[in-house]
Amino acid sequence: MNEPLIEVRDVWVTMRGHTVLEGVNLSIYPDDFYAIIGPNGGGKTTLLRVILGLLRPCSGEVRFSSGMGTGRESEIGYVPQFRTFDFDYPITVRDMVLSGRLGRINRLPRRYGNLDRERADEALDTMGISDLADRQIRDLSGGEQQRAIIARALVGEPKVLLLDEPTVYVDTPTTLQFYEILDRLRERMAIVLVTHDIGVIPDRITRVACLNRRLYTHDSNEITPDMLEAAYHCPVDLIAHGVPHRVLSDHPEEGREDA
Amino acid sequence: MLEVLGFEFFRNALLAGVLASIACGIIGTYVVVRRMVSVSGGISHAAFGGVGLGYYLGIDPLLGATVFTVATALGIGALEVRGRQQMDTIIGAVWAAGMAIGILFVYLTPGFAPDLFSYLFGNILLVPRGDILLMGVLVAIIVGIVGLFYLEFQAVTFDPDYARVMNLPVERFSLLLLVLVALTVVMLIRVVGIILVIALLTIPAAISRIYTGRLWSMMLLAVVLGALFTVIGIGLSYVLNVPSGATIILVSTAAYAVALGIRGGRSVRLWRYTQNGG
Repeated sequence: MNEPLIEVRDVWVTMRGHTVLEGVNLSIYPDDFYAIIGPNGGGKTTLLRVILGLLRPCSGEVRFSSGMGTGRESEIGYVPQFRTFDFDYPITVRDMVLSGRLGRINRLPRRYGNLDRERADEALDTMGISDLADRQIRDLSGGEQQRAIIARALVGEPKVLLLDEPTVYVDTPTTLQFYEILDRLRERMAIVLVTHDIGVIPDRITRVACLNRRLYTHDSNEITPDMLEAAYHCPVDLIAHGVPHRVLSDHPEEGREDA
Repeated sequence: MLEVLGFEFFRNALLAGVLASIACGIIGTYVVVRRMVSVSGGISHAAFGGVGLGYYLGIDPLLGATVFTVATALGIGALEVRGRQQMDTIIGAVWAAGMAIGILFVYLTPGFAPDLFSYLFGNILLVPRGDILLMGVLVAIIVGIVGLFYLEFQAVTFDPDYARVMNLPVERFSLLLLVLVALTVVMLIRVVGIILVIALLTIPAAISRIYTGRLWSMMLLAVVLGALFTVIGIGLSYVLNVPSGATIILVSTAAYAVALGIRGGRSVRLWRYTQNGG
């Protein structure tokens, strides 16, 4: 197996007396399409913030392969949970997407070049929002804003794309479209998708893990009933609604009796 | 009324007003979009401590104010970086402590403190030539730094978390921005005084926000509006023979109220229109 791009090693995080992450180990490989599911408050966003370097773990470490470069953060694209910043800020969609290139520019003072503008046009095109480029972000709908945020993450040509609940605020058709886009991006980067909704996991994921303080991994793309039970601390109903492909494995009869 | 332009003090006042408007249009834009209004209020009131210290030591009170505001800006910035809770309480404490230090120093200074009032409420008609030169240098510094690091400031004030993910030195730029706020405050003290600084810093930018959609255009319109308000305010205060600082602020707030009223009226009409099935 090839070398992991990112290795999370025995990470513990305690916040205000509560243990949020407990000995979490996680490796992200270049061809991964990794889904991390878990209940609200299970530590999903915290784990992403540790990987991004926005939060220092109490113990443990996050290692990056040499391929991730020395300026490691600029190799990561991040789609934060919706509305973590002020949508009333006076900025156009194009300028917001372009700002995702700043991590690629090292000379001071930073100025955009032709390559940056080309990449921004491509990212806008990929997300299908080229026609909105000169609109202000506050004039967009929720789904359009989310596309702009994803375009900003793509424009830096990251090796790893981290998505935090990317479909929470968008309707089902947009969600399906969005997963088609992710499928195309898989060729170019590793993707880590975090969500609390086990019904929305796309069918092309390579691995699944459940996170609720501890990370329960399975090294396959199926969620097993015991993983879910371990993560949610209660039997979980394994019926997925409106998903063409089930990521949930067939479960034995006794599992159904439990539920 | 135009014959008043023949007086040097009046030309100086207009020049000072325009210089201050450039600084507060540019920096005020960041204050408004980054929601740093209370931080700026804390910094400006801490300036009074510096004014008092200046009196006590027998140096230029504005020099004392510069030292105090920059130190306060760096202190608040350092606390913010550490992610302290109750930031607004800390700002309130700094705000009051600055004023208290100023009052104590003025009390301890032997004799009478001349034009103490002008530091509190401003008196642009008394701005000496030397101060105008100082203001010009400060404006050049502010315009130069913002021009150089426009993209970095935009990224840091728009989404600091993402800026950090991209490896930008977010803390350094946040501190730099707070220092620029402090320098702008010092400039504005001459024009409208410590107590009214916050209004001139935020109102032109807040009105500009209604009509513009980009950071740079918001700055440009805020500069123009600020210059307009100060020039009208100075003219009115001369004609009516009332304090200039207060007049400038009342002109600004009246304009803000009108701008908000027009916007509110527009959205009500739009709402009625859509309600009527338009």
